[in-house]
Amino acid sequence: MYETTYHRPASVEEAAALLAANPDAKLLAGGQTLVPTMKQRLAAPSDLVDLRHIAALRGISSEGGRIIIGAATPHAEVAGDATLRAACPGLADLAAHIGDPHVRYMGTLGGSIANNDPAADYPSAMLALGATIHTSKRDIGADDFFTGMFETALDEDEIIIAVSFAPPERAAYAKFPNPASLYAMTGVFVTKGSAGVRVAVTGAGSDGVFRQAEMEAALSADFSPAALDGITVSPEGLLEDLHASAAYRASLIKTMARRAVAAA
Amino acid sequence: MAKLEMTVNGRKVSRVVDDRTLLAHFLREDMQLTGTHVGCDTSQCGACVVHVDGKAVKSCTMLAAQASGAQVTTIEGLSSGADLHPVQRAFNEHHGLQCGFCTTGMIMASVDIIARHGGDLDEATVRAELEGNICRCTGYHNIVKAVLAANAEMHGASQAAE
Ligand SMILES: Cc1cc2nc3c(=O)[nH]c(=O)nc-3n(C[C@H](O)[C@H](O)[C@H](O)COP(=O)(O)OP(=O)(O)OC[C@H]3O[C@@H](n4cnc5c(N)ncnc54)[C@H](O)[C@@H]3O)c2cc1C
Ligand code: FES
Ligand code: FES
Repeated sequence: MYETTYHRPASVEEAAALLAANPDAKLLAGGQTLVPTMKQRLAAPSDLVDLRHIAALRGISSEGGRIIIGAATPHAEVAGDATLRAACPGLADLAAHIGDPHVRYMGTLGGSIANNDPAADYPSAMLALGATIHTSKRDIGADDFFTGMFETALDEDEIIIAVSFAPPERAAYAKFPNPASLYAMTGVFVTKGSAGVRVAVTGAGSDGVFRQAEMEAALSADFSPAALDGITVSPEGLLEDLHASAAYRASLIKTMARRAVAAA
Repeated sequence: MAKLEMTVNGRKVSRVVDDRTLLAHFLREDMQLTGTHVGCDTSQCGACVVHVDGKAVKSCTMLAAQASGAQVTTIEGLSSGADLHPVQRAFNEHHGLQCGFCTTGMIMASVDIIARHGGDLDEATVRAELEGNICRCTGYHNIVKAVLAANAEMHGASQAAE
């Protein structure tokens, strides 16, 4: 690992000031992506601004009919939160299956969506829930937030504070994990609520997480696994790597979508 | 340089280290607690698992500076005196190890699993929760047996004490 300077701000304002003063600084949340990347010398931030000790970034609440999750809330807390379990068990279950227990104690929702790994789980949930991403500068809808593989609408010096969403009537996530990395080889998050049916796919798109319009239309007419029978997913634009071909991922999208609808 | 104030295995320590020092290296090199192992470069093997404020985390994926202010427990602090912790004893009795390299991380992870599930543990849960701990020797069967046996013993013992 290259040299770096560690900072522990107590407030979002202090963290923002540290970012502004150090152009090559990076935010450090759970470190479960950033620390391994630094160990490989693939990232060399001059400064690390630790968000784990800012109380305002942590916790889950329900306000005005919306669920709000602080950016620095670890996966284990999302998985175990009673309010969220009652409002949207599909999201709690997703968090319960990220990586392993050690990763879940440290890794955070904000770090996961800021990183936007094409195989990460949370981006699909944010997109399917039509969540709003609240940052130190503005509110961004999930449809505008995820802009490509490892790319988001965030500015260099922008801090995610929280995400919020209106709990849907029905929601579930089905994931086919890569047995070695535990990331999604393909994962599908399905919701049915006031905004209609939304189907978001992770792990499969060569441009990162995306919505599957054809499935959304079919499920709007009939929210059942059988409604997907007639749909053939094209492998065009899907990821192809040593783990799975694009054709296999296309097949997984349909299978995971059926499982998610059945579980919702 | 980062100034650390930490409680390691119940003992208050204060040290100045390079900001980039990983918790695993701090424990092994500065604290001479070499029971915590480093088995990979990719945060996947779990040989380095220790408890930070009671939670099992990968000490190779956390800076020592991040753990400043915390209570850290390593395998060396699990039991007092010559008595083994029930999980250590179960790994011994059930042959839950061969070379032993993964064992300290396995045991720290297992103690966390048993604590979190409050006695309500089955084989499938143990296997799923040991996802983050890789063993190249045993094939896992005896590790799972040891965790279940320790769970039964600890759970039974806590019931008897109530
Ligand atoms: C062994 C292993 C298995 C894993 N398996 C899975 C899996 O199955 N599914 C999955 O989805 N993920 C998986 N992960 C990744 C894990 O979920 C990470 O925790 C997550 O991707 C990043 O969150 P973090 O809090 O650790 O972020 P960090 O590593 O601290 O940061 C990641 C990036 O986000 C930025 N960032 C962090 N917080 C904010 C914020 N509030 N605002 C703006 N930018 C921010 C950082 O600057 C950095 O660039 C795995 C990781 C490991 C090590
Ligand atoms: S050494 Fe920490 S996970 Fe392998
Ligand atoms: S006993 Fe050798 S790696 Fe597990």
